[in-house]
Amino acid sequence: MSDTNGPDEPARGDDLTAGPAASGEPDEGQARRRVIGTPAPAQARTLLPEGPGGPAPAVRELPADPEDLPGAKRAERAVAASFTISMLAGLGFIACYVIFRVHTVNNVFHSNLALGLTMALAFLALGVGAVIWVRRLMPNVELTEQRHELRSTPENKAAFKKTFEEGADASQFVKRPLIRRTLIAATVPVAIAPIFLLRDLGPLPEQSLDHTVWKRGTRLVLFGTNRPLTPADFNSPGSSVSVIPEGFADNDDALAKAATTLIKFAPGQLQKPTVLNWTVDDIVAYSKICTHLGCPAALYEQTTHHILCPCHQSTFDATRGAAVIFGPASRPLPQLPLMLNAEGFLVARSDYQEPVGPSFWERS
Amino acid sequence: MSWITSRRRHPAAGYAILLLGLLLVGALYASITGGGAGATAAPPVTVNSAQISQGHTIFLQDCATCHGMGAQGTPGVAPGLIGVGAAAVDFQVSTGRMPAAELGAENPDKPPVLNTTQTHAVAAYIASLGGGPTIPTAAQVSTSGANVGLGQQLFVADCAQCHNFVGAGGALTNGKFAPPLTKTTPTQIYEAMLTGPEAMPVFNDSTVTPDQKRDIVAYVTGVRKEANPGGFSLGRIGPVTEGLVAFLGLLLFMVLVAIWITAKHGKTKTHE
Repeated sequence: MSDTNGPDEPARGDDLTAGPAASGEPDEGQARRRVIGTPAPAQARTLLPEGPGGPAPAVRELPADPEDLPGAKRAERAVAASFTISMLAGLGFIACYVIFRVHTVNNVFHSNLALGLTMALAFLALGVGAVIWVRRLMPNVELTEQRHELRSTPENKAAFKKTFEEGADASQFVKRPLIRRTLIAATVPVAIAPIFLLRDLGPLPEQSLDHTVWKRGTRLVLFGTNRPLTPADFNSPGSSVSVIPEGFADNDDALAKAATTLIKFAPGQLQKPTVLNWTVDDIVAYSKICTHLGCPAALYEQTTHHILCPCHQSTFDATRGAAVIFGPASRPLPQLPLMLNAEGFLVARSDYQEPVGPSFWERS
Repeated sequence: MSWITSRRRHPAAGYAILLLGLLLVGALYASITGGGAGATAAPPVTVNSAQISQGHTIFLQDCATCHGMGAQGTPGVAPGLIGVGAAAVDFQVSTGRMPAAELGAENPDKPPVLNTTQTHAVAAYIASLGGGPTIPTAAQVSTSGANVGLGQQLFVADCAQCHNFVGAGGALTNGKFAPPLTKTTPTQIYEAMLTGPEAMPVFNDSTVTPDQKRDIVAYVTGVRKEANPGGFSLGRIGPVTEGLVAFLGLLLFMVLVAIWITAKHGKTKTHE
């Protein structure tokens, strides 16, 4: 700024933050103020001569004592207090670990809260103490060290070469090939061993992704009450409920794939490509697991007959075989074949005829 | 003013202003999103011929323009109301959804136009046209002795996907939405399950029994009183707002700490 402003150019009013310090003329009368976050005035920091005619280099020694002794004493106490808080919090962490038992959800919640708070306080107080120490007590002087050449001198290089060769000779590494080769052979298996640990990522899912626990005759029961359904119970067009295979209410692994949405339509609403043979009295069952990324796609709108997945807005048309009409899903929700058993309850005619849920590499 | 003038250049003034601003915003937010009025129980429902004729008069004034003189409906504009039942009318009118202000993706709830007596009269008239679910009695929606645990299980199974797990509501397709259940009365919740208003599926009494409906009502109304462990509900819509608040809050904290670490302290003197 001061370089570009010629003597004839009037000083511009827009560099208010720079003030007198940046223009190279520190105002002796008042302490320099600066805006938080802006760099300090350049002149106050430089310890190098500014040119042939500039001021002499500043003294480059660290001051022996801080100037403001009472202030330093206060800072010392503040640092010590921070470190003490940190120590107490650290001890508190150990105490909380011992005191708070886990094994129930509520206990884990309290344990996590106590452990997290004490550990955060321990680290935070440590950092705060360190920062106060640096800012209030350590001298704020920049020291300049001249660079020197990184390359070693020829004498040092020659000496290193001589030492290395002497050592190689003394160890007989070159002279005894048997030792050398067996040593190399010993390191190879250790180097490739981690590759074999990748096996722990398995086993491969094999056929487990292709099937669910639904099989011929499994009754559909309401999720929540585990009550089997007859078409007479589920007889209001526009109804939609979540159903699960009977006997698997507590088996989350099974339900993760077997969860199903049951929808009742008015006569004539269901169209191809819905498999009409797999419906009973205009009741159709679709997998609840979105074919995009496996979220529960169960937001059913009875006015539009859309099934919406809340995760990425994949939308399926329930009247037309849950065909994809919007969103990133690439294939319809699989339809569960339905029939009635001898007692008149809704049961599965078979398992899903295609894998439910997101696509995967080996999907046939 | 001199008190302010002498302190406005204090190093802590900026932080104090920032803190004040944050507190102000927080207080404003809390006052806007404060708790609403409690639900009231429905008065007993009685039906007689005088009520039906009063309902018919109101229907011709406020409803027949769209739904037709005989409640037969207008294709593409309004559905026929024959057979929808008193419960559907009571839900739509008592929540202010009907009479509708305009044709939209979904009729939002608003202050009701008709009072309770008029609403029940219209409901009685529509019920007289043919069947349909009736308005539940106060005993049917009473939550005393209800199984709240089962209500939660059922709510999570069949309601939470649209209405959120504590009834905060959520978005559907093409501008439709599942409304929040934070101010809905027990009668309205019961009627909505029974009749399936707007895009909502129907849950008839043979699929979800009246007792189970009562359990669901008990869960929806009971969960409103649950305390918020963090102190703020943040809309109770789960990890989205919680994550945002944590992210912004921690970011602000880190920025303040960074400013503090790098800021020059007053005592610093350069050695010249």
